Amino acid sequence: METSVGEQYEQVRDLVVSFCKKKIAPGAAKRDQSAEFPSGILHEMGELGLFGIFVPEELGGAGMDLMTYLMIIEEIAKVDASIAVTISVTNSVCGWPLLHFGTREQQERYLRPIASGEELGGFMLTEPEAGSDAASLKTRYRDVGDAFILNGTKAWITNAGVAKTFVCMATKDPSLGAHGISAFILDADQEGVIFDKPEEKMGLRSSKTGMVTLDNVRVPKSALLGREGQGFSIALATLDHSRLGIAAQAVGIARGALEEALRYARDRRQFGRPLYDHQAIGFRLAEMDTEIAAARALLQEAARAAMTPRRHSRESARAKLFASEMCNRVVASAIQIHGGYGYSKEYAIERMYRDARVTTVYEGTSEVQKIVISRALKQAAESL
Amino acid sequence: MKCIVCMTHVPDTASIIKIGADGKHIDETGIKWIVSPYDEYALEEALKLADEGKADEVTVVTYGPQRAEAGLRECLARGAHKAVHIVGGEKTLGDSLAIAKVLAAALKDREYDVILVGVKGVGTDNSQVGQMLAELLDLPHVSNVVKIDWNDGAVAVEREVEGGHEVVESPLPAVLTAQKGLNEPRYAALKGIMAAKRKPVEKIELSALGLDEDTLAGADATYNVRSLELPPEKAAGTIIQGEDDPQAAAAELVKLLHEEAKAF
Ligand SMILES: Cc1cc2nc3c(=O)[nH]c(=O)nc-3n(C[C@H](O)[C@H](O)[C@H](O)COP(=O)(O)OP(=O)(O)OC[C@H]3O[C@@H](n4cnc5c(N)ncnc54)[C@H](O)[C@@H]3O)c2cc1C
Repeated sequence: METSVGEQYEQVRDLVVSFCKKKIAPGAAKRDQSAEFPSGILHEMGELGLFGIFVPEELGGAGMDLMTYLMIIEEIAKVDASIAVTISVTNSVCGWPLLHFGTREQQERYLRPIASGEELGGFMLTEPEAGSDAASLKTRYRDVGDAFILNGTKAWITNAGVAKTFVCMATKDPSLGAHGISAFILDADQEGVIFDKPEEKMGLRSSKTGMVTLDNVRVPKSALLGREGQGFSIALATLDHSRLGIAAQAVGIARGALEEALRYARDRRQFGRPLYDHQAIGFRLAEMDTEIAAARALLQEAARAAMTPRRHSRESARAKLFASEMCNRVVASAIQIHGGYGYSKEYAIERMYRDARVTTVYEGTSEVQKIVISRALKQAAESL
Repeated sequence: MKCIVCMTHVPDTASIIKIGADGKHIDETGIKWIVSPYDEYALEEALKLADEGKADEVTVVTYGPQRAEAGLRECLARGAHKAVHIVGGEKTLGDSLAIAKVLAAALKDREYDVILVGVKGVGTDNSQVGQMLAELLDLPHVSNVVKIDWNDGAVAVEREVEGGHEVVESPLPAVLTAQKGLNEPRYAALKGIMAAKRKPVEKIELSALGLDEDTLAGADATYNVRSLELPPEKAAGTIIQGEDDPQAAAAELVKLLHEEAKAF
């Protein structure tokens, strides 16, 4: 992403690429099989400043711009999508709302330890009965004077059991709909926060995702994020931002898949020549390359919009929709190029294929992205 | 303590090297430049001293063209405090004595307790600059260093020798050349990269040192590259088809290994 980036951009890319090559890539296949959480690697990444990439330096962060953040997620996802999502969730769905809606005190207390690499973060919106229809969430809070008491169940929470701080949405009364929802900063060590065992996932196996029960969790008044009733709009604004990270993850996975496919097409010979020299394969590779470039351009456009003060829901949704669908097409093509060997765990493409699948599902399914885009279009239609 | 680290900016070891049109230099197009890995060990040793509070200043020095500033920034990002860039060096590339003369001229009036240098610059692989620099500055020198114990005003150093390690003591200041195994270089943290932008890079022209690149590379040159050649390309392997008659194929293989490859 070469547009209006800081001069540190290439230097950061070199650093991340080198770190990925030396530290992340070697164990990626093994971690996928064992579903082992890479605590050691993440600790090092925290020390490098990768948990608070765009948090200002005065809050302990790295003070980088959005383009640099997205490049980092892309490069990590290219070798290990599990680590990419762990990092993206920490920076984005947790760090971003704390940075934009938190008071200075909340930032000092909750954001600084994340940004300086000591802790991971997470985001609790989804519930067993409230997925795409997040506004129908049922986790309740009640005001008891000096604190709020939270009760409910959250589902599919990335970094559950490994992060310390979560931004958590709860409602005063489900009948109030979106207006009843407030955002809280939740400390995982608080009494009543119970993490279920991690889900057995198809992909992203070395990232942790799980159900969380909130059983009379006492949240201090000082941990209300934004105003009461502002929670749903905080969630939507956060997702507008974080979807860019998922789009970057999708572009990264697709780039990794293209590289695997290229290597294979170069080395594998059939009918007396490398696969690459069969035009059908060459054309497929050309399409993969073009699709990746298109997704990246769309992501850049969305990121530029996100760097202005105006709302960028439509741009983010477009980038996330296209990049994630593109990613699934590209990994499927890469498997096809690998033939039977792509169906074997011996080849990295098999893992990439599984990792790619969730990108059209989480942080809003493709259908939800289309809802966002079509709503914006409908609004635009009104002034035609 | 004040540490000086000499750094050279070299083609990435993963680069594919092509020879330039003049047949004496490499073609620099598309080459990615990095801090020479041996200099990374030298820098890391100085940064560790700073971390332990034993060094209060780490200065990185390079003699190189404009692009070498990126290498200095990388060292600053990892934690060096200051950088000195003596601009030039394209004509004296590979001439260890010329390089050592330039570095000595730049360092002679500075304050330092130790000068750390990579044992060699990756690429030219001459392994001479450290020793020559020590001689020109009239300093003791220990090469091939794989472990350093810092004492007051002196060091006990382990150096790699054939088949083992040798322990040498030296007073400070001294020049030490860093060998692989000395330490594991750190990555620059993102914050370090941002901080590096605000750290000073002092630019020095050769003329300010009373030197001139044309003379260094001309009348005073001790090193002259006649030509560069790439190693011969590996010949394609021979495949002996053996599906129909494995015994004949094995016999053929033994014959080729004996007569052509002279393996036994
Ligand atoms: C690995 C992983 C990590 C996750 N991490 C987090 C996290 O950290 N925090 C968090 O809060 N959540 C997280 N999620 C949850 C994720 O965001 C939800 O799974 C997602 O929003 C979809 O919700 P759902 O699974 O309940 O599906 P549903 O909403 O039940 O959707 C099922 C299907 O119906 C479609 N559908 C639903 N409504 C409509 C409609 N109106 N029009 C058309 N189609 C519709 C959907 O697109 C989908 O295809 C994670 C999920 C996964 C798999």
